[in-house]
Amino acid sequence: MKGLTPIVKKVAQLMSGIICIYGIYIVVHGHLTPGGAFAGGIILAGAFILLILAFGSEVVKLRKEETGSSVTESLSILATLILATAGLLIGSKVFFNDYLPKGTVGELVSAGAVPLYNILIGIEVAAAIITIFLALIIFKEEEEQR
Amino acid sequence: MSSLVPLYVILPLASAFLIPVFGRLVKGFQKALLTLVLLFLTILTFHLIFGGLKEPVTYQVGGWSPVEGIPIAIYLVLDGLSAFTLLIVNLIGLLATFFAISYIKRYTAQNNFFALLSLMIAGMNGVVLTGDMFNMYVFLEIAVIASYALVAFGIEKTELEASFKYQVLGGIASLLILLAIGMLYWKTGTLNLADISGILKEEPPDLFLTFTQILLISGFGMKAAMIPFHAWLPDAHSSAPAPISAMLSGVLIKAVGIYALLRLFFNMFALTYEISLVITVIGALSMVIGVFLAIGQWDLKRLLAYHSISQMGYVVIAVGMGMILMVQGGDRSVAALAIAGGLFHMINHAVFKGLLFLNAGAIEYVTGTRNLKMMGGLFKSLPVTSTTSLGASLSISGIPPFNGFFSKLIIIVAAIKGEFYLLAILAVLVSIVTLASFMKFQRYAFFNKSTFSKKIREVPFAMSLSMVVLVVLCLALSLLIFPGVREVMLTPAVDVLMETSNYATIITGM
Amino acid sequence: MTVYFMCFFLFLVGLYGIVTRRNLIKIVISFTIMEFSVFLFFALIGYVENGVAPILTKNLPENPVFVDPLPQAMVLTAIVIGLATSAMLLAIAIRIYKKYGTFDIREINNLRG
Repeated sequence: MKGLTPIVKKVAQLMSGIICIYGIYIVVHGHLTPGGAFAGGIILAGAFILLILAFGSEVVKLRKEETGSSVTESLSILATLILATAGLLIGSKVFFNDYLPKGTVGELVSAGAVPLYNILIGIEVAAAIITIFLALIIFKEEEEQR
Repeated sequence: MSSLVPLYVILPLASAFLIPVFGRLVKGFQKALLTLVLLFLTILTFHLIFGGLKEPVTYQVGGWSPVEGIPIAIYLVLDGLSAFTLLIVNLIGLLATFFAISYIKRYTAQNNFFALLSLMIAGMNGVVLTGDMFNMYVFLEIAVIASYALVAFGIEKTELEASFKYQVLGGIASLLILLAIGMLYWKTGTLNLADISGILKEEPPDLFLTFTQILLISGFGMKAAMIPFHAWLPDAHSSAPAPISAMLSGVLIKAVGIYALLRLFFNMFALTYEISLVITVIGALSMVIGVFLAIGQWDLKRLLAYHSISQMGYVVIAVGMGMILMVQGGDRSVAALAIAGGLFHMINHAVFKGLLFLNAGAIEYVTGTRNLKMMGGLFKSLPVTSTTSLGASLSISGIPPFNGFFSKLIIIVAAIKGEFYLLAILAVLVSIVTLASFMKFQRYAFFNKSTFSKKIREVPFAMSLSMVVLVVLCLALSLLIFPGVREVMLTPAVDVLMETSNYATIITGM
Repeated sequence: MTVYFMCFFLFLVGLYGIVTRRNLIKIVISFTIMEFSVFLFFALIGYVENGVAPILTKNLPENPVFVDPLPQAMVLTAIVIGLATSAMLLAIAIRIYKKYGTFDIREINNLRG
């Protein structure tokens, strides 16, 4: 896949950082404001997809990135499961038990384990969207090479 | 004990995501992990059925206790019917996985195969355990989306086409179910099955509720491939790799179709005559039309897939007769007999249809064809496959002493006792046509003159072993009709359906 | 009440599209229309006249009337599932295009009988 013009590249470079920060903001404030892990994760993925589209990439490199993102996806789901199963082992022996202190309403560090779940799911969603995007684009690239 | 319940979802889900990570590093990791997980779950289910499960267990995910008597947590409920269905899911899953260990060598991307398979099992276990409408929808989608991908696993022309068809029809079914869930929430303001049933009991049935029930019947009927909604099943089940065909035909249509229908219509809605009649008629249509569609098939797997529709019809007419008897205040022992026959046939069908699809897979593995006209004389070269498939064929056509005979006998006896003479006659006729169809399969596949020039060897050990285990189960399940075994396995499941309001009281009445 | 019927009408529009369109991609689009009609229906269920967003903030009005948050949570979950379904459908559709060289379902009919 070829990259686009230098103007697009520069703008994408500048914008993707801001988009990334916005996505992270949405994810970590999931327990306080509307939005949350899914919306934030999609925004995060958007930043990466913008970069890939603007700069272009070789198929070999795209494959490596796909492997990386799918492993990230699996690892973050496993981490979520471990977090949920930890409630089964400690405290009140209940799956998905919220065993962390709750804190005060409205603060960033509050609501027990919910922000942790939000962050992990955010990473998972971002990685999943990137994996889907890469899988489709690799398929298209291989078609064109033939 | 009750903290073991979420393991049914956690373990397959964890293995589904461990496989893509470690599967590429350690050779054989994916096969070993999934086999071990399913072996553990099967043993756990056997333990629960034979002694562990004294009374129904409920489990509140997240530890949210009810507030002022209103359940707010997602409940996992393990009662007789759930345990019975879990046994089907995990046992057939284990044997299909074991079969797949050798079979999957023809495909690349083994990691994806085993990851998707365990995801599908996690989804089905979730559907069976959950006591919450929306949670049921989520687990159902997990199971069916994994199955969409698995049907297309061969990525050849027919597989892709079948998968697309399956996805569109399955997607419509899911949306109908989701719409019905929304309407139920609109009416009752809750999603918990027990809570909904409590609220619906106080209100008179009206048009709105009937519309919801029709949406649910169409949705889950589409998932279970009942006759007006069956178009996807023969394509999807015949295109998938053989272990997946066994899972789809043996387990998926039961866990997400029949089980969900039974749970919702017996334990959540109040039974009505009209709905029972609709279910019985759909079952009778599936039973008769399915077998006549099967008879003209020359593709082995399509033939088996159409028989799945027909055999599911037996299950549905049995429970439908039970429903009608219970609504009309007929003899409750006859109703119990009919439902027992239906559930018995459900586990039998899972075993023998799973075995038949594995046989078809073994034949395809060694000969490379599924066309019956191109086979022949395989009896000498494939002794294990042909013996096991003979057992399964006798079982599905209802020849004693195999299990299929006993479950069909119970259904027919219940039909005669409950004065459904037409259904009894149809059941006998369909059984005869099934026998004819399977005689054709046996003759063309194993006994005609051989048409193969190359030497054919028996399939590898893992494949033979799982087929032998299944044929032994075909015989062993006949024991279920004897008192002693029946009380342990079948009666708790039947009681759940007979005592319709018990389900609500074990959740809300704590 | 009209709004609910409009939702159902949208559902039927999607169904009509799935039944009549011949192009795989258009079938996927019709399917998505159907999907979103159900999501709209869910969003409508939770709506309360003059309700505020169900979030605890510092400047809430006196005795606030919240809209029902549960259907919104359900819609979010259903959207995630819908995303997975659409991705699967599109992936299969482009694979079919590679094998058959067309999106027309009249020419994609290997499975009969």
